[in-house]
Amino acid sequence: MFTNRKSITGLVILGLFALLAALADVVAPFGPLEKDYTALKQPPSATHWLGTTHLGEDIFSQIAHGTRGVLLVGLTAGVLATLVAVIVGVSAGFLTGWRGESLSALSNVFLVLPAIPLMIIVASQYDDPSLFLISAVLAITGWAWGARVLRAQTMSLRSRDFVQAARANGEPLWRIIAVEMLPNLTAVIASSFVGTVTAAVLGLTTLAFVGVIPITNLNWGTILYWAQQNGAFPEFWWWYVPAGLAIALLGAALSLISFGIDEYVNPRLRSAGERARLQKKRTKRSTA
Amino acid sequence: MTTLELRGLTKRYRVRGSGHMLALDDVDLSITSGRTVALVGQSGSGKSTIAKIITQLERETSGRVLLDGAPIPRRGRGLRAYRQQVRMVFQDPFASLNPYHTVHHHIARPLLLDRVVPRAGVDDEVAGLLEKVRLEPGLAARRPHELSGGQRQRVAIARALASRPALLVADEPVSMLDVSIRLGVLNLLAELQEADGLGVLYITHDLATARHFSDEIVVLHHGRVVERGPSDDVILHPRHEYTRALRDASPDPDRHFGGGRTADTTGSRS
Repeated sequence: MFTNRKSITGLVILGLFALLAALADVVAPFGPLEKDYTALKQPPSATHWLGTTHLGEDIFSQIAHGTRGVLLVGLTAGVLATLVAVIVGVSAGFLTGWRGESLSALSNVFLVLPAIPLMIIVASQYDDPSLFLISAVLAITGWAWGARVLRAQTMSLRSRDFVQAARANGEPLWRIIAVEMLPNLTAVIASSFVGTVTAAVLGLTTLAFVGVIPITNLNWGTILYWAQQNGAFPEFWWWYVPAGLAIALLGAALSLISFGIDEYVNPRLRSAGERARLQKKRTKRSTA
Repeated sequence: MTTLELRGLTKRYRVRGSGHMLALDDVDLSITSGRTVALVGQSGSGKSTIAKIITQLERETSGRVLLDGAPIPRRGRGLRAYRQQVRMVFQDPFASLNPYHTVHHHIARPLLLDRVVPRAGVDDEVAGLLEKVRLEPGLAARRPHELSGGQRQRVAIARALASRPALLVADEPVSMLDVSIRLGVLNLLAELQEADGLGVLYITHDLATARHFSDEIVVLHHGRVVERGPSDDVILHPRHEYTRALRDASPDPDRHFGGGRTADTTGSRS
């Protein structure tokens, strides 16, 4: 995975965001809500790298500090949703009869639940929802798709000969699931994890943009919320473009990582990738 | 001496919408160590169902499975001990090995599960088993996708032999392999059978190899045994018309082609 160009690109971008989040206090020249009344709605300049808001807040500082909430909520929601998806999906694929059917029905119900309205309803019940609560809500609405894919994959794996061979060897059930089947599901699990992280990031910024999450919880969505509230569109582009770009960049990084995982986990793709790289090297050498 | 007996074995599959499908109908069969029995029949005749019931991947609907005269255990330790005695080589070596795990894993697992050798001796035993099936011990670190079909099937055979079974079920072990290497794998099976005094149930649709490699042939047709007997008798003097059709459908080097004697009843599966 660490020799794959796509996943390296993705990891580097994600790493930069993580650094930005961790070192926000050091990197950001101003506090996120620090007002500079001498510079209102200023375009990017040497002092305010990405310009300022209507209250003279430094936008780069806001983005840097906002990264923290975005990454924290995204990763927490991704982990929670993936856990639920693996437990429900693999069980639904393995169990037969009414147990499997009801688990499958459960994930179908969650699949058709409209995520955003549900999130709004749950989040608006609390005056000051914690980051963990927001992550949990995002996870509840985000696990079903992964569970469905995992169920299908488990069902197809269950009847494969190598699983039958493990059964005929007398392998215990937990070992068949954990050692023989789960590694073959890693690609699906990883891509469903990356997918839910992306969905959670989008969900969080949407909730913040709609204004459900209190403005004290600073993230990229909050910036967009204030920009929209104060009529930034279209002329004060420095107010909304950086936050939008950050969301898109993070999403792209996560997708690149997911491609890389795919190649790493599937041994056949891996050696195909290695062969392709070797060949490229060889042709480069011969043309040089 | 180990003997596995199937008595009055019947298997009915439930088919969605149309009731039941009778896959096996009152089948008697016995395998004894040191002897090879060929089970011959076209696809859909119930050959693989017998293999699955012997390895207890499926339960029979009625009938008895007896190991040395005693009904086989259905669960727990007893079932594992039974499975240590009776192993299976699957038809498709491309599907029967886990793409994620190395050759070493595949052969070491049964060694560890059945405690064939102490943990420290596993690596040596794996190397020994690989040599036994004529593979380089260095192959242990490879993954299935790096091996050829013939190599894979040899790994599958090594895996089946790892628990030192008395009986081996080989479910069309060469039908997925290139014609050029089939004989090599079959000869290997025959040698191992001889050396270890294994009892082998050789499932196939190929009468020629059945005759060559087995002492007894059992012909299965639509889930019933229609003929059985010493190999040469069954081939040279078939009594049942299905056996005759099956024999005449396979090319015979002594007979000229083009005599219009090919019947499409064999439905050969590759």
